[in-house]
Amino acid sequence: MNLQTLTPQDRQEIQDQGMDAMNRELQNNGFVLTRVEDMVNWARAGSLWPMTFGLACCAVEMMHSAASRYDLDRFGVIFRPSPRQSDLMIVAGTLCNKMAPALRKVYDQMPEPRYVLSMGSCANGGGYYHYTYSVVRGCDRIVPVDIYVPGCPPTAESLVYGILQLQKKIRREGTLQR
Amino acid sequence: MHIDKYLDMEQLASLKAYIAEEMKESIRDIQLSNRELTVVVRLRDIEKFMMFLRDDRDCQFKMLVDLCGADYPERNERFEVVYHLLSLTQNARIRVKVAAADGQSVPSMIEVFPNANWYERETYDMFGITFEDHPDLRRILTDYDFDGFPLRKDFPVEGKVEMFYDETLKRCVYRPTDLKQPYRHFDWQSPWKAMDDPYSLAEEDNTFDRGEFAASEPLAAASGEDE
Repeated sequence: MNLQTLTPQDRQEIQDQGMDAMNRELQNNGFVLTRVEDMVNWARAGSLWPMTFGLACCAVEMMHSAASRYDLDRFGVIFRPSPRQSDLMIVAGTLCNKMAPALRKVYDQMPEPRYVLSMGSCANGGGYYHYTYSVVRGCDRIVPVDIYVPGCPPTAESLVYGILQLQKKIRREGTLQR
Repeated sequence: MHIDKYLDMEQLASLKAYIAEEMKESIRDIQLSNRELTVVVRLRDIEKFMMFLRDDRDCQFKMLVDLCGADYPERNERFEVVYHLLSLTQNARIRVKVAAADGQSVPSMIEVFPNANWYERETYDMFGITFEDHPDLRRILTDYDFDGFPLRKDFPVEGKVEMFYDETLKRCVYRPTDLKQPYRHFDWQSPWKAMDDPYSLAEEDNTFDRGEFAASEPLAAASGEDE
């Protein structure tokens, strides 16, 4: 079946079938069987707590994505002011040489499993400041990056899309040990 | 109408005549062009001159808006320090310039305008111009242990070093700059041709010469090829 051609009614039907199956299981047995890995990945993907690391104008778009119009809370994404409480770092903006050791330190303070989302041209590869003396040419020189979101700056919508892609990635290849 | 409709050009002209008369022996050049008053002052008289601009009853330039440097490698006195002042009572602005050779220090303006402190640190950081009697002349913007003065014209724009995280040392380290794709000046007519060999077109179309600061030919010379 081609997922692209599904109508909303079809989607609803599939969802209802799934719910029916789960309800049957619950009524017959009182429990549902799944794999620990699936369960853990479901929990991780559904509660990504990003570390607020706004460096430049991208940070404003990041704020927009958290505000009421796009509302990242719906996806379980809640911004944290401390690296100790977060499992995702959104590098939003130009990373300067002077800031790089601080960024790495914050990354090192995050508990495993941790993910990094590079937001905007500057964080992806230096962008507008690629040929300058004071800017790191891509934050992947400092920390390992999972998702790159292009744009200058990316819209709040594309950041949300990037986070959804990260959730997909966690569901697809997430393991208990990273 | 000009955006600054309250700019009184006659007043600025009389101010120019007044300053030129009062501080005759300190001034190298004074001119009123593009609706802006610019004075070039002798280095040894700069402190006296700024005191005059601040305290004179008909000047009252109480506010130092900006202080910065400029680099002209072709000149004998290579550097220039530029001061922008604002007089709220006169509703007038003035630009003061002073030239300094490499290694020559400029009197600090902190006694006259306390906010010059960080401006002078920035100017020192970017150009390496030293300021006499500055209480705390150290770098302000660039990284700790930065080497060189980035806004000098002979400083490579892509820098001498770039930063990486070293997995074995477990810390950020600097390595010499090694650009995978060198800096190019995209002024050629067929940008797609540059994709295979960036240097073939650079010869005929690239008018930017790293060795010289002034382009020898105007940019329009690189036209006429159409494929």
